[in-house]
Amino acid sequence: MTQTESEIVQGIGSDYEVKYGFHVPEDYFFKSGRGLSHELIDAISSHKDEPDWMRKFRHKSLDYFLARPMPTWGGMPSLHEIDFDSIHYYIKPTENQAESWDDLPPDIKDTWDKLGIPQAEKKYLAGVGAQYESEVVYHKLQEQLTAQGVIFLDTDTALREHEDLFKQYFGTIIPQNDNKFAALNSAVWSGGSFIYVPKGVRIELPLQAYFRINAANMGQFERTLILVDEDAYVHYVEGCTAPIYSTDSLHSAVVEIVVKKGARCRYTTIQNWSTNVYNLVTKRAIAEANATMEWVDGNLGSKLTMKYPAIWLTGEGAHGEVLSIAFAGKGQHQDAGGKCVHTAKNTSSVITSKSISKNGGRAGYRGLLEVAKNASGSKSKVVCDALILDEESRSDTYPYIRIDENDVDIGHEATVSKIGEEQLFYLQSRGLSEAEASAMIVSGFVEPITKELPLEYAVEMNRLIQLQMEGSVG
Amino acid sequence: MATLELKDLHVSLEDGTEIVRGVDLRIAQGEVHAIMGPNGSGKSTLAYAIAGHPAYEITGGQILLDGQDITEAGADERAQAGLFLAFQYPHAIPGVTVTNFLRQAINAVRKARNGGVDDPMPVPEFRKLFLAKMDDLKVSRELASRYLNDGFSGGEKKRVEILQMAMLEPKIAVLDETDSGLDIDALKIVAQGVQQLVGPSMGALVITHYQRILNYIKPDFVHVFVGGKIVEEGGPELAEKLETSGYVEWEKEEVTA
Repeated sequence: MTQTESEIVQGIGSDYEVKYGFHVPEDYFFKSGRGLSHELIDAISSHKDEPDWMRKFRHKSLDYFLARPMPTWGGMPSLHEIDFDSIHYYIKPTENQAESWDDLPPDIKDTWDKLGIPQAEKKYLAGVGAQYESEVVYHKLQEQLTAQGVIFLDTDTALREHEDLFKQYFGTIIPQNDNKFAALNSAVWSGGSFIYVPKGVRIELPLQAYFRINAANMGQFERTLILVDEDAYVHYVEGCTAPIYSTDSLHSAVVEIVVKKGARCRYTTIQNWSTNVYNLVTKRAIAEANATMEWVDGNLGSKLTMKYPAIWLTGEGAHGEVLSIAFAGKGQHQDAGGKCVHTAKNTSSVITSKSISKNGGRAGYRGLLEVAKNASGSKSKVVCDALILDEESRSDTYPYIRIDENDVDIGHEATVSKIGEEQLFYLQSRGLSEAEASAMIVSGFVEPITKELPLEYAVEMNRLIQLQMEGSVG
Repeated sequence: MATLELKDLHVSLEDGTEIVRGVDLRIAQGEVHAIMGPNGSGKSTLAYAIAGHPAYEITGGQILLDGQDITEAGADERAQAGLFLAFQYPHAIPGVTVTNFLRQAINAVRKARNGGVDDPMPVPEFRKLFLAKMDDLKVSRELASRYLNDGFSGGEKKRVEILQMAMLEPKIAVLDETDSGLDIDALKIVAQGVQQLVGPSMGALVITHYQRILNYIKPDFVHVFVGGKIVEEGGPELAEKLETSGYVEWEKEEVTA
């Protein structure tokens, strides 16, 4: 059966329970016991046959994780409900990675087929990585890009095959002791994407990674490192889903990006984890002279998300943008936002945040804007808008601003609104139902961000919003 | 032939204040009725109540569309059945283009008329119809890709109201002070648009304070509305009389009554 592109796109996320809520029986090559220990670190490192420096890095990171207190802000109080001893930190689903769908074990292949990944790869992607539990199980890059010197690998393979390049940047943008969850990731990381785009190479179609948790009480700790060399361009897209279990899972990724002189990188996330996943992610990029870094961050799923994609503007004329959508429904807490740190002259940044809360959900913006002394001529604009759909729901705004330079141009705007009865009536008087009218207002509210998404993701985002709105307005 | 009938309609605000105090009216397709009244007489409340605004409670009487009782129906159901209200102050919907909004509205109406099953208008057909109607009503094509009423001038908002009416093809349209805030050129275009649409398939109820718009939309019937009631009815000549002598005569009666 052939499907049109729009049918495929319509199908993505059409019903969480049916589309993503399935899980396949566990039949793993290796599954660690529960809980964290130095023995576990040794087991992971041995399984991966890693160099000694990485093994040491992991052990030290575990010490940092254990020594650091839990944050007392952001995702309180549910952050304290995470039971670190009940989590499986490492699950290797297959012995080997596949380069063709046919070579995947049938149960895993079935999973990706259900998620529509092979069609997406054929239609509009230059490369795909698919991570199942702890390991990347499938990887493919268009041949012409390989010929141009582009590297798109899972992070474990990259460590084996490009150790020098890897070691030069790994852990330099986000140090292993940056925060408690970055330390945890540094200790038990597995999988993720490694991308290197050589000087002047522009990859026009997006590269995509898809992260899937299947087992209950699973911890997924992918580690992504993206290096965009001078005047190069790449757009990387990630999607994430998991089945709904009665017990919680943990996703704690670290993403490090270096955007060299004159290069541009865009990183788009559509996070649609099931509502029992803790999503505690550290993302940071460095933008050198005249480089552009853009984070487009859509958070619709998860139980708790704490994520503040950061950009350090370290070269003159660098530009950074963070576009963030946080949608919190029943039982969800989205503590999302962005950080821009200006350390060079004539740098510019824009943070646009749109948060929506409904059915008792809590969504907010937490952000940092910092301009260092001597970063003169810098400009920044922070816009955070919140839409609260009912009386039980909550929105928070925590805009931290620290400016140590006088010659700057800084703007900050924040609005909080509700869907007005008059707006609803206006749309209903044209024949739209109350749910359709509300969904239209919400879609319009996030439009400044959805218009930045590739078409198929924009359609998916609007579809997800419609689903969130259906039957829930009253 | 479609009709809208109001039978002894009473409307109150949420605090219980009665604003519309017993209105009887019958509008058929092809007819233009004008309701004229002073400020604060309850004209806009009547318009909102007909369209189904939840803040206005119908405390007595009935609204019938084609003989069907729609007194309790939601605003969306009334629109799907063929009612349209052109707003005095249309609301802005940021982030939603005029095109997207209209396509979704048309498809919502088509779905309702198709027994709840999706029946979207094919995109080429929509596009052709939309461009033709925009040209008819002299609506700049540039407005189609702008966000609905967001930053529109008063004249643009009113033209887009009439454009929506033309696209949704209602049986009965209620125009609430469509003439307010328009300069004479904009008024002419809007009025001509309404005049084009009134005919065998649409009737209109034009609510206004001034006689001015009635120079361009010829009413078949004029109803004078004071104190929440129709106090006098007649033909077009009544509108001209109002232009010279105003509402003083009836307002006095209202005070002494």
